[in-house]
Formats: sequence, C-alpha cells, structure tokens
Amino acid sequence: MTDIISDTPKAAIYQSDDFAARLRKRYAAERRFKMYGVVAIGVALGMLAILLTSIVGQGYTAFAQHDLALEVFFDPAEIDPQGSRDPAVISNANYGALARTALQAVFPEVEQRTDRRRLTSMISNGAAFELRQMVIDDPSLIGTRKQVRIPLASDYDQVLKGNIDRTLPETSRKVTDQQIAWVDKLVANGQIVNGFNWRLFANGDSRDPELAGLKAGLVGSLLTLMVTLGLAIPIGISAAVYLEEFAPKNKLTDLIEVNINNLAAVPSIVFGLLGLAVFLNAFNMPRSAPVVGGIVLALMTLPTIIIAGRAALKAVPPSIREAALGVGASPLQVVTHHVLPLAMPGILTGVIIGMAHALGETAPLLMIGMIAFIVDTPGGFGDASTVLPVQIFMWADSPERGFVERTSAAIMVLLAFLIGMNAIAVFLRKQFERRW
Amino acid sequence: MINKNLAVAALAALASTVALSGGAQAQGRDQIRVVGSSTVFPFTSAVAETFGRMGKFKTPVVESTGTGGGIKQFCAGVGVQHPDLTNASRRIKKSELEGCAANGVTTVSELEVGFDGIVIANSKSTAHADFTIKQIFQALAKQVVVNGQVVPNPHKTWKDIDPSLPAAEIEVLGPPPTSGTRDAFVELVMDVGCAQFPEIKALPADQQKAVCNQIREDGAFIEAGENDNLIVQKLVANKDAFGIFGYSFLDQNMDKLQGAKMNGVAPDLDTIASAKYPVARSMYVYVKNQHVDVIPGIREFLAEYTSEKAFGEEGYLEAKGLIPLPKDKREKVRTSILNLTPVTM
Repeated sequence: MTDIISDTPKAAIYQSDDFAARLRKRYAAERRFKMYGVVAIGVALGMLAILLTSIVGQGYTAFAQHDLALEVFFDPAEIDPQGSRDPAVISNANYGALARTALQAVFPEVEQRTDRRRLTSMISNGAAFELRQMVIDDPSLIGTRKQVRIPLASDYDQVLKGNIDRTLPETSRKVTDQQIAWVDKLVANGQIVNGFNWRLFANGDSRDPELAGLKAGLVGSLLTLMVTLGLAIPIGISAAVYLEEFAPKNKLTDLIEVNINNLAAVPSIVFGLLGLAVFLNAFNMPRSAPVVGGIVLALMTLPTIIIAGRAALKAVPPSIREAALGVGASPLQVVTHHVLPLAMPGILTGVIIGMAHALGETAPLLMIGMIAFIVDTPGGFGDASTVLPVQIFMWADSPERGFVERTSAAIMVLLAFLIGMNAIAVFLRKQFERRW
Repeated sequence: MINKNLAVAALAALASTVALSGGAQAQGRDQIRVVGSSTVFPFTSAVAETFGRMGKFKTPVVESTGTGGGIKQFCAGVGVQHPDLTNASRRIKKSELEGCAANGVTTVSELEVGFDGIVIANSKSTAHADFTIKQIFQALAKQVVVNGQVVPNPHKTWKDIDPSLPAAEIEVLGPPPTSGTRDAFVELVMDVGCAQFPEIKALPADQQKAVCNQIREDGAFIEAGENDNLIVQKLVANKDAFGIFGYSFLDQNMDKLQGAKMNGVAPDLDTIASAKYPVARSMYVYVKNQHVDVIPGIREFLAEYTSEKAFGEEGYLEAKGLIPLPKDKREKVRTSILNLTPVTM
C-alpha cells in the first residue's frame, strides 16, 4: 500500500486564484441560465397579459347592455281586434308598432315622418319578438299597460358605452346629433337602464349585435365535445393499452407507431376533408351536425391521446407489473387492476390537451358545414349546429360595430369554458393520483 | 369492478346513441340550407333570422362559402344532402348552369336582391382620393401601357401614374381570386380601364384578356383574404393604403374610412342605386326549384326576402347596407321568383 502524496497540500488547490476564477465562472453561468429562464417566463407571461388585457378591455362592456324601459300599452285593437285570443292571431300581430307607439309617447314633439323613423330606429328589431313572446306566455296582458324592458338598438348602445365617438363630426358616425340628444334625454328620464346582458347567454346568433348570443354555440360545443369524448377516450385508451402492453414488437406495430406519431402532426383541415368525403358524401350523414363534428374532432385528437396514454403506461414501474404477475394475476388483471389506474393521471393529461385542442378548433369544421349562420339552439346530435370558436369567427367577420365587443366577450366565455373543463380534469387527475 | 362496468356501459350507450341519431337525421330535412357568397351572406342571414323568428319554420342555415364554391355545392345534385339556395355576388355563368343541369339540377330560379357598390377606401385621416377607372387600372394591372408599349407595371407611387395624384406608394388591399367581389372588380374596373387603351385593343384577343384581367403580383396589390374587417383595421393603421371591399363595410365604418371618388362620383346609397357610381353590381340568390315543396318553407322564405319590409326602400336589409332595386324592378323580381320562373341564359 503506497499512498500518493501530492506535492501541494489539499487546501491550496481550493484556495488558488485559478480555482476561484473557475468557480466564479461556473456560478455566473448558473445565474445566467436562471436569468434566461426568468426572462423566458416573463416574456410568456407578458404576452399572456397583453392578450388578456386587450380581450378583457375590449370585451367586458359586452356583459352589460342598455335597455329601453318603456310603458307599453298592449293595445287590443292592434293585437287581437276580434277578441278571439286565437294563438295564430296573437302571434301574427304587429308588436313593433306597440313599441314604436310607446317610444313616440315619450317624444310627442317629434312629428315629421322621417324624424319619427329616426326616433324609432332606437328600438331593436328584437323588441317586437320579445313583446310577442310576453303576450304568448301571458295573453291576459292584452289591454293592460306594463313597464317593460326592450333592447336598445346596438348603435345607440355603442354611443352610450363610448365605443362610437360622439365628438366626431355628424357625417362620420351612424348616429345623428339629434338622435344622441334623444338618447341623452331618455337617459336623464331614467328610461334607459344598464343591466346584465342576459341575451348574450339566452339567445342564439343574430345579425343584430344587441340580440346576438352564444347559447347555440355553447350547446353546440357541448354536444360536439360529448361525441368527441365518447369516441376518443375508449378508442384512444384501448389502442394505447394494446400497443403498450399486449402488442408484439414487430415491423407492423412499428409502422403503426410511426403512423400515429405522424397523424398527430397532420394539419386539422385534412381531418375536415376526410369528414366531408367519408361521413357526408359516403355515409350521407347530416351537414353541420355535432355528430359529424364530434367524430372528425375525435379522429383529430386520437393520436394525442394515444401518444400521451402510451407514455403514461410506460412510466408505470415494471416492478408493479412483476409483483402483480408474481402473486398470480393474469396479464389482463395486471393492466386493469394496477397499470391502468396508475397511468390514469398521465392519460387524463393527454385527454385534457386533446379536448382543449378540439374545443378551439374551427378548420376541420369548415368542410363539414359547421361554419354557418345558425340561430336555433341544437336539440340533438343531428341538428344543425355551430360551436363557440366558430361563433367568435363569425362575429369577428361581421361589419357592425357592436360585434367588436361581443367578439371579445365570446372569447372570454370560451376561455371560461376551457378553464372549467380543465378544472374538472385536474380534479379527476388528483383523485386518481397515486404515489409509489 | 361494478363501477368500471358501469363506465364502460355508459360509454357504449353514448357511442350508440350518437351513431343512431346521426343515421336517423339524414333521412329528411325540415330546415332550409343556403350556401354561397360572403358579400350576400349578411343579407340572406338577416332574412333567415327574421323568417325563423316568425315561428312557423326553423331558421334556415346560411353558410358563407364564396360565390364559386356555393354554386359548386348547389349544383352538385338534387336531394336533402345538397343545399336549396345559393348566394352569388355575380350572375351565374352559362357554364355553371350547364354543370348544374348535368347533375340533375335542371330548373334554377334567380332572385336579384339589390345592388352593392365596390369601394376603394382609405383612412379618414388622409386626403379624400379621387381616381378615374383608368388610373386604378394603371395602378393595379400586371401589365400596362407606357409610351405606347405594353410593359410590366412600372408604377411605384400614385404620382407615377398622374402628377395630380399624391406621391404615396401604391398599396392596395383587396379580395382573393376566389371571391365574387374580385370577379366583379375585374369586370367593372380592370376591364373598363383596360378598354381605354387602344394599344391593348390592338393585341390579339387572348392576350388582350390576359392583360386586362391580371392584377399585379409585385406586392403593390395585397390579397387580404375574405375578412373585410381585417382590411378595415389595416387601413386605419396604414394611412397610405387603400382597400377594396363592398359598400356595406364602408357604410358600417364611416367614422374610420372614406370611399374614394370614382370618375368624380363618391360612393353613397343614391349614387350606387342610380348607377352614377360606376363600380356597382347586382347580388343574387339562386333557388333550386326541385327542392321547393320538398323542403318546407322555401316559398315563404322567398316571399319574406322579396317583401317590401326586407328588400324594399327603408327595409331592414337597407339598414344592413343593401342598396335596394328601383320599385318597378322589385315588383318584377317578386313576381318572377314567387312563380319560380327558371333562369335562362
């Protein structure tokens, strides 16, 4: 045994200037690396903040809306001259005239025809339908006077919200000085009230911004995602389990694996074309229907779910499988009792990513006719329907000024929908999570 | 274990209801389907909404596919899987009608909705432009006439074309070739401007057409997609740029944009309706007669479309930017479409 005795004492190495310089350099490198990380996160957060402030800043006003509070006389002579109370007669009456009369009563000095027309342009096209609905729901209203709230036309709503600049010269805006004076008088009278915009959630799409709502889009998104979930989860998980746990490793399974990885990168519009060619043209399934949209989106999200699922299954330690086999479990029992429950959190992460992707997708829906003007709320999987991102796209494309704030509001609703969906998935993941 | 079996059963049940409901729905259809031009879309969807609100029929579904794409789908055949109506921002072509007939769509009726002007607009914060059609052609054509020769377009600024125009660089945002607005623009501006050059007229017919119809591709003309709102935003940001789009978009953005005068006439409701403003076209809706009375509500929908409160003067479509037809023309259109008179070329 010979000890190697170095010439310099140990402590001297760690005290040399060279050493100190090297150490400083390494610490500096570490600090720099940390700083890059902080900058990267800062940039990402900054972008997010800019995006959110611009959307929220533009869109928050859409959650409130100005209504006209008018005392409307449900004139029997106008609604039901014969007094028959026949639903057909009641539903065909001219309810717009009731609203116009009520508004003109506030401004008796406005007498000229063109001025009156300008005045009544304050009343939204939707007022007549809302009044009609009131009378159909409660025919005893006929012949009575009632204080009702009817929608104010969007241009005036935009003036009151400051989105149309009233300091501009009269020719440069859609609303004349006189009309602004009328609105101001109504505000002073307390006959314009600002309240929560329930129409944004209770109505379907509309060409009139003050009436346009998200109900059809929300229900459509829900139906479409139900189909997507119902198909993508069982198929995706079965495929992942088979490929990871049971499939023999040969050329064929390698080929399948490569193909799945490639499919995950295929542009989504291609799935739309597939949907058009196969489901619409070959199987004659209905156009614009959530069932077709759901199937197309399921096909699109399958690769994501399979890849994430396989990664999660692979991450389960082999010792668990071996222990289960060792105490006599069959391979199927190993998978269903041990491996799959342990891999569930990872699989759910894949499902969340896939669903979030599917929720925000519009391109594949273009080909199967879900990008359309659809007012009626779909009642089933086969009805014509649109989805939330499509609604955003359609509103962004509309010329009316009132749609600008509504577009941002719809984006906020979509984000809330997404966060809600993710919260459920995170909760489920926490439930399944196990440590070993 | 029970839980797991339940979950599997629930998923299976969901999948099968999905499949069944999908299959059952394909049999019949009780909702009108409209496809076609994005320019006519705002008008047809406004009619669809009002029609649906009346409560007798479901609200028609209106898709915006562009004029060409709409006619292609419309002409694909007869049956519930094919649309009933198509919007067009130009008249249907003879070749398209023949294609329709080849697929069994033998009788098609035409509804002329009204006029739309095509405007060249810029930001309100700069001077109000005044162009002639000839100048627009010289600014945007791929080949122009310089000193009696047909050469690739050398004009960089408006001043290069005519000293009275501003020295700003030529930058025009316009619709892509798939758009009906582009077709109409080529026909109403480029072809007309082109015809004013005897040098081009002297060319053989096929070359003449190529010179007249081609728009320059060197960056002075920017294809801005079908989203006209995007063009509006870009024009506000870039004061030297001009945009080409339908009058209805200018009408909604009067506070930000101004429409250039064309041959000395500014675009507004009156000048477009009276055809004084030279760049105006008609918009159409085509009806598949074989679907009438098969799909419920088509007759009633056409009656609503051609009612005075819709496409008439001061009707609700005028509020959306439509320029109504003259009164006698409206009556003619109404009788023709309610009798489903087939269109002939």
